[in-house]
Amino acid sequence: MNPNLIISPILLPLLGAIVLMGFWANPKIQRRLSLVFHGIAVLLAAFLLAAVSDGTIIVMQAGSWGAPFGITYVADALSALMVLLTAIAGLAVGIFSSASIKSARAAFGFFPLIQFLLMGLNGSFLAGDLFNLYVWFEVIIISSFVLITLGGEKAQLEGAIKYVTMNLLASVIFLTGIAILYGILGSLNLADLAIRVQETPDKGLISAAAILFLVAFGIKSALFPMYFWLPASYHTPPAAVSAIFGGLLTKVGVYAFIRIFSLLFIQDPFIQKLLIGIGVLTMVSGALGAIVSVNLRKIFSYLIISHIGFMIGGLGLFTPLALAGAVLYMAHDIIAKTNIFLITGVIYKIKGSFRLEKLSGLYNEFPYLSIVFAISMFSIVGTPPLSGFWPKVWLLQASWQAGDYWMLGGIILASFLTLWIVVKIWSVVFWRKKPDVINTRVRNELAAALPKNRNAVLIAVGMLTAVSLFIGFGVQPLADLCLTIADQLIDTEGYIQTVLQ
Amino acid sequence: MRTLILQTASKYLLPLLLLFSIFILLRGHYLPGGGFVGGLIASIAFILHAFANGLPQTRNLMRIHPGFLMPVGLGLSFLSGLFPMFLNRPFMTGIWFAEKVAVIGSIGTALFFDIGVYLVVIGASLTIIFTISESN
Repeated sequence: MNPNLIISPILLPLLGAIVLMGFWANPKIQRRLSLVFHGIAVLLAAFLLAAVSDGTIIVMQAGSWGAPFGITYVADALSALMVLLTAIAGLAVGIFSSASIKSARAAFGFFPLIQFLLMGLNGSFLAGDLFNLYVWFEVIIISSFVLITLGGEKAQLEGAIKYVTMNLLASVIFLTGIAILYGILGSLNLADLAIRVQETPDKGLISAAAILFLVAFGIKSALFPMYFWLPASYHTPPAAVSAIFGGLLTKVGVYAFIRIFSLLFIQDPFIQKLLIGIGVLTMVSGALGAIVSVNLRKIFSYLIISHIGFMIGGLGLFTPLALAGAVLYMAHDIIAKTNIFLITGVIYKIKGSFRLEKLSGLYNEFPYLSIVFAISMFSIVGTPPLSGFWPKVWLLQASWQAGDYWMLGGIILASFLTLWIVVKIWSVVFWRKKPDVINTRVRNELAAALPKNRNAVLIAVGMLTAVSLFIGFGVQPLADLCLTIADQLIDTEGYIQTVLQ
Repeated sequence: MRTLILQTASKYLLPLLLLFSIFILLRGHYLPGGGFVGGLIASIAFILHAFANGLPQTRNLMRIHPGFLMPVGLGLSFLSGLFPMFLNRPFMTGIWFAEKVAVIGSIGTALFFDIGVYLVVIGASLTIIFTISESN
């Protein structure tokens, strides 16, 4: 396979953004055209995953400058899987937003920005050196800054300030960590660093750098003491934006955790214990936050946090089974959380509110739609045989084998709390019979707005639900892939050799 | 702030600054300069013109909306990065013509990349400045 093809998931959204910017004055064309790019992105990503799923690693040295001096792009199974999941979530959000984004937002470049965001995401999944990863993080946060403020509502700006501040802080800490590592080891290429970390006598400073990375990625992926910005900002932008934020942005942090820590820092037993501890605290405290919230989007924001803990805990255990479980959980979580936020958007379109006390009786009005919603909601609990079940089984098994009973207890407790929350939402929003408190004028406006958008919105939600069901029922190919990924993460020799050859 | 002195000066400064920005752009490959600085200098030329003669005058002078330069410049940079891929070399590899051109020197993909950056910077900074001064 031509190594150039591995950066096609980066180049395609860039091309998309350029073309869509060319139609700046005509949002109608942008709405349709963006779907074409999202569609091709899924095909390209599937092609890339097919090429690396057997464990091959493809490397591209941009500008023909060889590693460790140039900019290296690496596609292994983990990167390719993340690129594919991004493309699927991107397609769903693209379809959803093509129907639901107001023209005031579309006129200010919503569709090109989504493409830039996807470019940044794919770039960070494929980056092979630390500084390049940082640059792609910047691409992501700059596009997300604009996306979160686009529309300029007061609540949005308030959320955006918290979001921007915390993310800029994370970037500074990340950059400091890179500087320290470069100062000690004299390289930025991940494969080269992995060798030099083993050889250096300066273990203390390496641990210090590891803690800086932990804080930086911890803020980005919303880990235990650093997550408060997420529920404060994710409920403010339109549904399509918060879906792509909720599904993907925190997962970039998790991906960076898995990639950087498995290559550089995980041999330190202190780091392993720390990751497990933070993971357990994140699971439980996130779920507790969800229990006390009354806004639907805030509840799901806290659930994002809670479930990040599963992946970080799995990374901390660092056994093949735990890593495979963490990666599989991430795959399930990207699809399910994106879908959940889209669904919340649909509920808002129908009922005109996000607040639990104002929602009721959805099941009576839309029984089939409610079943589709139920599938997503119960898959994040981990009800068998839906998609959240398999990774949880693996994670439980792995923590049992490792004798880590804190992790075991944390997973069980967090799962029960998630179940409680989902059952509460189900009984209140879907089953409760109560006359709607919402006034009829708003209701009629919403009802008038819905039929026009209904198909696109339903296709988006239905597609993600289908993917989620596929992960649940046909888990075998994905499970095999996750085991391959886990092997690659533990035995980094192949990665290092391929990059540096 | 319409003064005769500034208006007259801007008439002469505009072409001079634009020429200087192109000089900085071409100089940038080995010496300090390049597309980013060049683009900033070029946009300063237009901003100065807008200060002296008012925004509508500058818009007439430019003919196109500055925002349109962004996709054009991005596209140019993108294509210059893409070009080596058709020759089966990695993305962004510098491809150079063997013969040198008078005044400019060697011509290669890096030059077109820089011209793209130049256009994007002009487009972005002018869009920002024009939007701000319009809302006043």
